[in-house]
Amino acid sequence: MRFWADPINSSAQWMAGLLTSWGTPPWLSALLIQFVGVLVLVSAMMVIDILLVWVERKVVARFQDRLGPNRLGPFGLIQPFADIIKLLIKEDITPHGADRVVYNLAPILSLMSVLLLWAIVPLAPVIFGVDLNVGALYIIAAGAIGTLAIIMAGWGSNNKYALIGAFRQVAVLVSFEVPMIATMLIPTILAGSMGMNAIVQAQDIWYVVLAPMAAIIFLIAAIAELGRSPFDLNEAESEIVAGFHIEYTGMKFGLFYAGELLHAFTFGGFWAILFFGGYRFFGLEQLGPLVAAVVLLGKALFGYWVIMWVRYTVMRVRIDHMLAFNWKFLTPLAFGLLLATALVNTLLRHSSALIQAGGMLVTNLAAAAIVMEVLRRYGNRERARLEPSVRRVPTSQ
Amino acid sequence: MNGTQLVFLGVGAVILVSAVLVVTTRNLIHAALWLIVTLFGVAILYALLNAGFLAVAQVVIYIGAIAILFIFAVMLTSKESRDRGPQHNQAWWLGAIVAALTFGGLLWMLHGWSGFTKSAAGIPAGFDAVDALGNALVAPDAYVLPFEVASVLLLAALIGAVYVAFTRKQESR
Repeated sequence: MRFWADPINSSAQWMAGLLTSWGTPPWLSALLIQFVGVLVLVSAMMVIDILLVWVERKVVARFQDRLGPNRLGPFGLIQPFADIIKLLIKEDITPHGADRVVYNLAPILSLMSVLLLWAIVPLAPVIFGVDLNVGALYIIAAGAIGTLAIIMAGWGSNNKYALIGAFRQVAVLVSFEVPMIATMLIPTILAGSMGMNAIVQAQDIWYVVLAPMAAIIFLIAAIAELGRSPFDLNEAESEIVAGFHIEYTGMKFGLFYAGELLHAFTFGGFWAILFFGGYRFFGLEQLGPLVAAVVLLGKALFGYWVIMWVRYTVMRVRIDHMLAFNWKFLTPLAFGLLLATALVNTLLRHSSALIQAGGMLVTNLAAAAIVMEVLRRYGNRERARLEPSVRRVPTSQ
Repeated sequence: MNGTQLVFLGVGAVILVSAVLVVTTRNLIHAALWLIVTLFGVAILYALLNAGFLAVAQVVIYIGAIAILFIFAVMLTSKESRDRGPQHNQAWWLGAIVAALTFGGLLWMLHGWSGFTKSAAGIPAGFDAVDALGNALVAPDAYVLPFEVASVLLLAALIGAVYVAFTRKQESR
């Protein structure tokens, strides 16, 4: 019974008892248990990653009115394993003039930056790698390592398309980081902590109700950070072939691909943790930690599905439009929301939870109305500026 | 010797070796990458000191922003990212003397310090370092003035950068 209430800690205690009975010194057994914990978490994520290949291919097929993989096994479930075997037996090519160490290090760092994120994900109240009190910043820090991996891949490949792709991706990552940090501070303000577990615990009302605008901006910034359509200029196949991973073959490409899929799933998870109550689902999490973990993974899968839905529906945006959208629209909006949230939160600090929630919701709706009005005026002005010139063309001839 | 000390010695060795490689390697991109290794090592040292916020901020700012900017600057300015010039000038012995004197001075100063044999006081339970840092930054009797001055300075730099970029754009038209 105790095992089901706290599976990770009781397993760790069982292992510690076993190692002590074998005569292992305490510091070594503590180290070994930590190591086993990391190994279990990473392996679980990699197994989920294999299934994500199938999920992605099946969902994109549905969005594009196709069937998707359906030959190998029931519903094509064995397809990802066939893909992996194919990737493993492909020829491993290092291009001429490539910087060998940097070139080979880049895919490893790329996948590592995603796996690092899972260290702070609270799968259940008692199942987490580490409950960092700077969790929100840690997400950005792991993203910085991902940026580095992309630059290393682009430069190490000795290919101009790879380099252009890396430049574009870094420009996007560095600029969309700003609204992302600002929107991650909104749950931080509401919960009073940057730790992921504390943010989940504080969500008696999901933050998507309290801060719907922040949830949407976070999703947009996350899609840009992932380099997925409509922000996939880093691998715009009609312009620069495949971007930063153009020269990678076999399993090295596989690492980038696996990293990308797991990254999208992970950000679906963070979207759920920050705005959709993480592992909490109408008291279902009290049944046991494993149920809570399943709830979180289900919510992460929902976030992943939304990201895929956007990816396969919206067209690619031009890079100047994308950067203007970020700097002139998302960033001021995110900072305005942050200021408004902080102000309203302080003003309503002593009132009841319902009034607090209502105040936050009204603030967000007012912000949304202002944004819509500004956009409408801007659109009207642009139309007035452009339409006379459009009309003049037939009359001048 | 316990685990923390082992990690400290290992990280210290990595920082020193990579710092030397930053200035000795010929390839400018490699120099920037070794600099990232050094900065990451410093972040690990912060983490060992229980300064989680500083460690993460070190990675976000130094690796995520400054080092990436370095790499961009190298890639966009020099056609050949390989340094062919001599690696030291005629005054190298002067630099060596200054470095040796500084190191000797530090060694002499720390020679009689009693802190080496003491172990650090434990952190009390329930102590939140981020909470304490946040309160200290806005408390009037702590660091609110330096914090505000730094904010104003950064804001001025931001406006200055926008102004410089904006005027250039107008001239080119």
